[in-house]
Amino acid sequence: MGYSVISGLRKSVPTCIIALTLLLGPSAFAQESPDTATVDSVFVSEAVESAASPRAAQLNVVQDSRGDAGGAISVKWFRSPDDGMGADNITGYEIFRSESPDGLFESVGFASRGRTSFEDATTVDGQTYYYYLATVSATGVSRSGVSAGARSSAQWLNTRDIDTLIIGFIICFSVIFFIYHAQKGKKLFLRKIAGLEAVDEAIGRATEMGRPILFIPGIQDLDNVQTVAGLTILGRIARTIADYDTKINMPVSRSIVMATARETIKQAYVAAGRPDAYSDDMVYYLTDEQFGYVAAVDGIMVREKPATCFYLGAFFAESLIMAETGNSIGAIQIAGTAMPSQLPFFIAACDYTLIGEELFAASAYLSDEPRQLGALKGQDVGKIIAMSVILVLCILFSVAAITESESILSLANTFKGWFSLS
Amino acid sequence: MTRRQLATYIFFGVVVILFAISVALKGFFVTFGAFLTLAIFSFLYDDNPYYKFAEHLFVGVSAAYWMCMGFWGTMVPNLFGRLYPPMVGPVIPALKDNPSDPFMLIPLILGIMLLMRLSSKAGWISRWALAFVVGTTAGLNLVRYLRSDFIQQISSTAMPLYVTNSAGFSLGETISNIVIFIGVMCGLIYFFFSKEHKGAFGAGARAGVIVLMITFGASFGYTVMARISLLVGRMQYLLDSWLGMIG
Repeated sequence: MGYSVISGLRKSVPTCIIALTLLLGPSAFAQESPDTATVDSVFVSEAVESAASPRAAQLNVVQDSRGDAGGAISVKWFRSPDDGMGADNITGYEIFRSESPDGLFESVGFASRGRTSFEDATTVDGQTYYYYLATVSATGVSRSGVSAGARSSAQWLNTRDIDTLIIGFIICFSVIFFIYHAQKGKKLFLRKIAGLEAVDEAIGRATEMGRPILFIPGIQDLDNVQTVAGLTILGRIARTIADYDTKINMPVSRSIVMATARETIKQAYVAAGRPDAYSDDMVYYLTDEQFGYVAAVDGIMVREKPATCFYLGAFFAESLIMAETGNSIGAIQIAGTAMPSQLPFFIAACDYTLIGEELFAASAYLSDEPRQLGALKGQDVGKIIAMSVILVLCILFSVAAITESESILSLANTFKGWFSLS
Repeated sequence: MTRRQLATYIFFGVVVILFAISVALKGFFVTFGAFLTLAIFSFLYDDNPYYKFAEHLFVGVSAAYWMCMGFWGTMVPNLFGRLYPPMVGPVIPALKDNPSDPFMLIPLILGIMLLMRLSSKAGWISRWALAFVVGTTAGLNLVRYLRSDFIQQISSTAMPLYVTNSAGFSLGETISNIVIFIGVMCGLIYFFFSKEHKGAFGAGARAGVIVLMITFGASFGYTVMARISLLVGRMQYLLDSWLGMIG
C-alpha cells in the first residue's frame, strides 16, 4: 500500500502534489467545450420494426464522456421491452456510428443484453458523430432512430478520480505536516526493523574478513519505486562502507540505474570525506537480460566470495538463484523487496528480509532525516484511514446482514462506492 | 603427466568426439544449444571453464541484443519515428505518413543531457535528466498505486462478517470473510511503523506476521511448481530436440 507515496514524497513532495493534480486532470479547473453542451440531447426518430423483429431499444442520451481526457462518447439507451421481459429474446445491442446523419454507419461495438450504456472510445475530439442502436435478437434486428450529433472533448478535471484526489491530498497533507514538525526538531518515533539493525554488522563483517560487499538493486529500471528505494538505502550503506574503507561491488542490469548508483555512491564517499577512494568501477553494467545478468552475478559471487550480499529492489525469478548462491558461499545476506512472489525465496535463503513496505521504510529509518521520517509517518496516517474505513464498512455490512435493513445496506454501499474505482 | 590430468584429457576428448557425432547427426545449432545448457547446468557442481564460457557468451550476446532492441525497438519508432517520420520510412513504412510530433524534442534533449555523463566536465547536466526520471516516476506511480493498492484494496476488503444467503446463515462464507478481515487488519498493523509492537498492538502485529508467512509458504510452493516447468522445458530440449529420446 502506498509504495509510491513513500518514495515519491520522500524524494520530492512538491513533485508528487503537482503530478497528482496534473494527472487527475490534464488542465484543471476550466470549462467544458460549449460545442459539447449543445449536443447532449438525443432525438429519436421512428424505429424500424417488423413483426419478426424485437421491439427496439430507444436511445436515451448520447454525449461526450464526462471527466475524461477526450476521445470518448457515451451512448445510453432504454432497454428494449423484450429485454428481460416481454418476449425476452434479446441477444444484445449493436452500436453504429457515422460522421453524417445520412452517411454510412459502421458498427463500433456490441453490448450484451441487460446493458444500457456503451462508451465509444475511438472518437476524434471535435468531430461530430451520429449514432443509432440496433436491437439484436434471434428473430431479427430493430434499429432506433439516429441521435443528434455529439462531439468528444477533454475535460480539465477528471471527476472519475475525485476520490483518489481527496485521499491523495489527505496523505500528502499528513506527510507535509509531519515533515514540518520533524524539521522543527520534534522527535518522531519509528519502531525498530530487524533487518536494518544488521546492516552495520554485515558491513563490519566484510571489513574484518577483507572481502567485498555485493549490492544488487534488482533488475528493474529507475521507473520502479523499489529500485529507487534500493538506491536510497545504498546511499546510507555506501557511507558506512566509505567510513570502513571496504570494497563495494555493484553489477547492474540497467544503464540509468548504473548512472544513478554511481552518483549515489560518489556522494556518499564525498560525505564521508573520502572522495579519493571512490571509483566508477564500483558500479558496472552487465546486461539487461534477466538470466544473463543472474548467470554473471552467480559467477561473480563464487569467484570473489563477497562477505555480505544486499538484494534491495525489484526481483523476479532470479531472486532464488542469487540468494541460494550467496548462501552457498557463506555470505551474510540482507534482502528487501515488495514483490510478493519473490519474498518467500528471500525469507528462505537470506539472513534478514525487509518485507514489502519495510523496504521503503528502511531509508527513512537509516537516514533519520526529517523529510523521510515525516513521509513515513504520513503513510501511517494512510494506514489508519484504511483500517478505519475497512472496520466501519465491515460493521455496516454485518449489521445490514443481521438486521436485514435495506437502509443500512444502502448506506454501506454508498460509503463503499467512494472507494470504488471508476 | 599425472593420472588426474590424463583422465581430464581423455574425458575432454570423449566429449569432443560425442559432440562431433552430434553435430553430424543433429546439426551445429542444436548441438551448441545442448552444450550451452549442459555448461550452465555444470554450475550445480562448481564454477568451471564451461560455465564461464557460457556465462560470458550469454552476457555478451544479450547485452548486444538489448542494445539493438533499445535502438530499433525504442529509439527508432518512439523518437525518430515521431520526430521526423519520413526518416524511418525505409525501415518502418507504417510510420512514414504519421504527423511529426515536435514534443518529442523534449525526450531527445533529456537523452542528450543523460549522455553528458560521459563528459567529465559536463557530467553534472545528466543529474537534471535523472531528476526528471525519478520525479515523474514518483508522481505517476503515486496515482497508480494509490488507486490499485489503496482504494481498490479497501473496497475489496469491505464485506459482511455475518453472511446470509437464500438458504439462511452461511457459516463457510462468514468464516472466510472473518479470516480475510483479520488478515488484512493484522497485516496493516504489522506495517505500522509509528508504534512499538507491544501489548495488544504487538499481538496484532505477530498475528500479521503469521498471516504473511502462511501466504509466503503458499506462494513458495506455487512458484516452485512454475520453476519445475522451466526445468521440464530444458530437459525436453535435451532429450527430444537433441537426443531424440522422446516421441
